[in-house]
Amino acid sequence: MSEWWTYRPEDFLLFSPRVYWRMFELHNAAFWPLHFATLAAGLAIILLVLRPPPRRGPWVELILTALWAFVGWTFLWSRYAAINWAIVYVAPAFGVQALLLAIAAARGGLALDRRDTGAWVGVVFLAIGIVAYPLLPPLFDRPWRSAEVFGIAPDPTAIATLGVLLTASCRLAPLLSAIPLLWLLLSGLTLRTMSDPQAWLPLLTAGTAVAVLALRRLTPAK
Amino acid sequence: MTLTRRTFVKAAAASGAAFALPGVASGQAHAPLTRTIPSSGEAIPAVGLGTWITFNVGDDPVLRDECADVMAAFFEAGGSTIDSSPMYGSSQPVIGYGLERLGRPDTLFSAEKVWTSSAADGPTQIEQSRRFWGAERFDLVQVHNLVGWEAHLDTLFAMKADEQIRYVGITTSEGRRHDLFERIMRDFPLDFVQLTYNVVDREAEERLLPLAAERGIAVIVNRPFRQGELTQQLESEPLPAWAAEIGASSWAQFILKFILAHPSVTVAIPATTRVDHVRENVAAAAGPLPDAVMRERMAAHVRDL
Repeated sequence: MSEWWTYRPEDFLLFSPRVYWRMFELHNAAFWPLHFATLAAGLAIILLVLRPPPRRGPWVELILTALWAFVGWTFLWSRYAAINWAIVYVAPAFGVQALLLAIAAARGGLALDRRDTGAWVGVVFLAIGIVAYPLLPPLFDRPWRSAEVFGIAPDPTAIATLGVLLTASCRLAPLLSAIPLLWLLLSGLTLRTMSDPQAWLPLLTAGTAVAVLALRRLTPAK
Repeated sequence: MTLTRRTFVKAAAASGAAFALPGVASGQAHAPLTRTIPSSGEAIPAVGLGTWITFNVGDDPVLRDECADVMAAFFEAGGSTIDSSPMYGSSQPVIGYGLERLGRPDTLFSAEKVWTSSAADGPTQIEQSRRFWGAERFDLVQVHNLVGWEAHLDTLFAMKADEQIRYVGITTSEGRRHDLFERIMRDFPLDFVQLTYNVVDREAEERLLPLAAERGIAVIVNRPFRQGELTQQLESEPLPAWAAEIGASSWAQFILKFILAHPSVTVAIPATTRVDHVRENVAAAAGPLPDAVMRERMAAHVRDL
């Protein structure tokens, strides 16, 4: 693309806010009432993180593997790509994330045993992604039908996944965080370009996660 | 080049534009203004329909029907040119849906684009676009933003010679690559160019619009409202009382009349999702148009707001 410096973010926005939020309405209608199952899976993840069973298992990673593959296929590839051709190149990253989580599961699962401040930030992320996100529509003057639900929509899925990874002590955690972080950056910028007041949420969570991961790298392990 | 009354009239005569002289109505009441495509002499209505963003509604059945309603109102009001691109997401299949629902109006003037850096992919992309529209052939295919322009122009001129398309064009937007654009206009037998021009974005007046008149190239104007930004900014301001002299009853009509009154302009392609707006847009071409002096007054008024 020539004269790239003359382009603004608005020049890459292919759709209107109305089309964007109606996309969630249609997606929710298509998969209702699967939301109860994904929310139950999310609550199970919170429980497994807060009260790890005596014998560690790959359950959290397996749940997230299934949900990343599901969201990547049903939402990004099959729905979002219809209004945003760039998503064709992004959707496979959700498949890659599912694969990485599956590898983590095959290796016995992540050790979700951190209890430092960063880990508690992770727990807050889990609460935001699984509990708070579906409750956002009225705050932003949108219908409930457009709710973004963990395991159905990408943003809450990415935020909750980051939450899990912030509680993990293994070296794979930063690698597994890359795709959720990049997605939240992309989603936040898209919302910001639409002048949507919700834009700060994915951007703030991504920024906070990067800060926690960076601080951990800078702070020597005790 | 500054547009004086003299050059204004001269260019109008050269382009065969049916615009209004001062104080003279452009045509009969309610009859949409038509402009002549210089390379063929074919007349087309001067207000078309753009589809950037507005028609990219995916598979949403409600919004697809709304787009079809806009198309129905557009054709009913006397519109003809619909412009799209493979870059516009789902706009092409949405146009195809609307055309199918409307029984494929024979007044349609289909304006498409080729948008790929690969020369080899050009014909495949054009064919896919044609299938999306459900059209027998496109009236016009343009090289979108000059992407891969050399190879695509070869393809398009060959398609025109083979009667697979009727007209060949190039596009730019927001003032980009005007030097190259001008060179291509001089060196190739183009039928159409598409560029950004409105009451605040007037760079095209300097070289491109006079060159289009000189070379006998039809001009499609994109982003007449700066993607709605201009009309949104102006909506809080009252329309000047003298806008009634040119028959403008809204800021959208005010801006469109400014654009259409330039004698080099063939078609302006505002995009909208609303039936009332598409009617209003097409109606902008039905009444009197401003002369050169009035156009400067209009530009100064908007600049000073």
